[in-house]
Amino acid sequence: MNARSPWSAERATAVIAANRHLRGALLPMLHALQEEFGCIDEEAIPLLARELNLSRADVHGVVSFYHEFRRSRPGRHTIKVCRAEACQSMNADGLIDHIRRRLKVDFHETTADDAFSLEPVFCLGNCALAPAVMVDETLHGRVSPARFDAIAASTLATEAAR
Amino acid sequence: MSEPLHTVYVPRDAAALSVGADETAAAIRAEATKRGIPLRIVRNGSRGMLWLETLVEVETPEGRVAYGPVMAEDVAGLFDAGFLEGADHALAHGLTEKIPYFAKQERLTFARCGIIDPLSVEDYRLHGGFRGLERALAMTPAEIVTEVTDSGLRGRGGAGFPTGIKWNTVLNAKADQKYICCNADEGDSGTFADRMIMEGDPFCLIEGMTIAAIAVGATEGYIYIRSEYPHAVATMREAIRLAYDEKWLGDEIHGTGHRFHLDVRVGAGAYICGEETSMLESLEGKRGTVRAKPPLPALEGLFGKPTVVNNVLSLTSVPIILDKGADYYRDFGVGRSRGTLAFQLAGNIRHGGIVEKAFGVTLHELLYEFGGGTITGRPIRAVQAGGPLGAYLPPSLFDLPKDYEAFAAVEAMVGHGGIVVFDDSVDMARQARFAMEFCAAESCGKCTPCRIGAVRGVEVMDRIIAGERVAANITLLNDLCEVMTDGSLCAMGGMTPIPVRSALKHFPEDFTRSPAAVAAE
Repeated sequence: MNARSPWSAERATAVIAANRHLRGALLPMLHALQEEFGCIDEEAIPLLARELNLSRADVHGVVSFYHEFRRSRPGRHTIKVCRAEACQSMNADGLIDHIRRRLKVDFHETTADDAFSLEPVFCLGNCALAPAVMVDETLHGRVSPARFDAIAASTLATEAAR
Repeated sequence: MSEPLHTVYVPRDAAALSVGADETAAAIRAEATKRGIPLRIVRNGSRGMLWLETLVEVETPEGRVAYGPVMAEDVAGLFDAGFLEGADHALAHGLTEKIPYFAKQERLTFARCGIIDPLSVEDYRLHGGFRGLERALAMTPAEIVTEVTDSGLRGRGGAGFPTGIKWNTVLNAKADQKYICCNADEGDSGTFADRMIMEGDPFCLIEGMTIAAIAVGATEGYIYIRSEYPHAVATMREAIRLAYDEKWLGDEIHGTGHRFHLDVRVGAGAYICGEETSMLESLEGKRGTVRAKPPLPALEGLFGKPTVVNNVLSLTSVPIILDKGADYYRDFGVGRSRGTLAFQLAGNIRHGGIVEKAFGVTLHELLYEFGGGTITGRPIRAVQAGGPLGAYLPPSLFDLPKDYEAFAAVEAMVGHGGIVVFDDSVDMARQARFAMEFCAAESCGKCTPCRIGAVRGVEVMDRIIAGERVAANITLLNDLCEVMTDGSLCAMGGMTPIPVRSALKHFPEDFTRSPAAVAAE
């Protein structure tokens, strides 16, 4: 499940402070903020800039450089589908078409019910069991369209059972 | 207890988990409880026979007996058949270490992977762990560097630079602080060996980095792991905590005056951060853009200090070199390619996984003797060797021995040993286009040939695929490849032309289909 906490400057300040002792602390701080709030909120930028004595542009430059950091809250679950060569050789493109149709979203979009955000990824390190998909932090190998549907359904069923 | 305690191994490697290892382990636990059988389940790493995952092993007096792939629904049947005594079953493969795929390997770096409990210091020591470090603690830094140099070890990340020479530069640099940085940003498609050893034998990496630290006089180190590997991040963090507890890391390593502190840092989804200077920028908390060299990171690396930057497999090869000596390691291999490499069979392959073999093994042996051909059952048409910046090779080159120089002679590379297999349904013009598309998406943007060349490359490939003025556009493509090769700041732009040109050279028929043929598809 993706983090859902609403933005809180107070909480963000505490998260930033907890990583203050690290050298080269910006990436660890950004990871910690994203873990807390699900994304890097616009209001976090000046807080980070002040803490690290950087310009807001510097911080913005780092946030926008890395694919992992997002500026808006994702759906409740993030689905990462591998688009790299090993998965391509096992028809990842066909799987991706199926997922797009099934969820009615494209990459970098979230389903209408806010359940799933779809992201492309280049390699999940499961290249001998291609094609690979990661749902939140759970990796799946040899994912056929039918297996994908089962994974998506069980993700929602687990959520409903909570 | 009247009954003997049975020991069953169920991997916790991410690849095994991806096909249900946790469910299988839970089913074994539940079934044993139901039947009142006392059982010890060890969550080991993977043996690297990934088509057999979940590979369940049972300890018997003769050795470990393998069953796989075991799904949760197979478990009751295995108990019925008496698998705890190593009985026969449709999923049985006999003694794990006699399975030809495994028996024919030469496991030096991966010797413990899949065998031990990755987070047991005791298990690690029982299987030869920390012997290399113990020997290093009694040596001078120069002696350690000489041992590594003499072993012939070359960087396993792909570039193949001699590790000992790099260490020597850092050893001789004068500075108040030096660093060891492990590049665990394994972003190349078709590679998973770094992930596998970090999840299956994490102390081996800690030991290798500590030896490197003593060898060059470094007291701090970082392991930069990509964010796509949450399991590896968790395993390494826990292993580091345990190593501190047992004084294999910290201020006084096992009562000696040596000090080494180690931390894990997580990347954020940028392929370029696998390039060593980009990784250093990222570790410093910046955009992961490439630094111009010189200065070399060995002289001005992390925070401007002398830094050893090595790949996971370079560092995990060091403990056995120190334990068994340079000669032992160097005696494996051919020519100037010494020791072993963890070949990774990936993509459309029946028996995908890790094959650790001495250099000199041929692609043909790897693809057919180990790999068993494609999983789709169709002929292999092309393999991409050495990652997304590596060449696409046709079957006529499959007899080539795995040797850095032999591969370079045909404009290909061994790289990190990743091998991605494609059957005859592959469209090589589309693969060439993808190489450019990948570069466009992942370029750090610092230099123009890479940043803009890749975008132009996609456009040119689109025109070729559409059958527009094909001959003129192929000329343009070659020209563009030359600019990127000669003008890029690092290997990202400099090597993107390799897959493109190799596809064009070995599979020209895919680039010159008439517009009518394209339209008919």
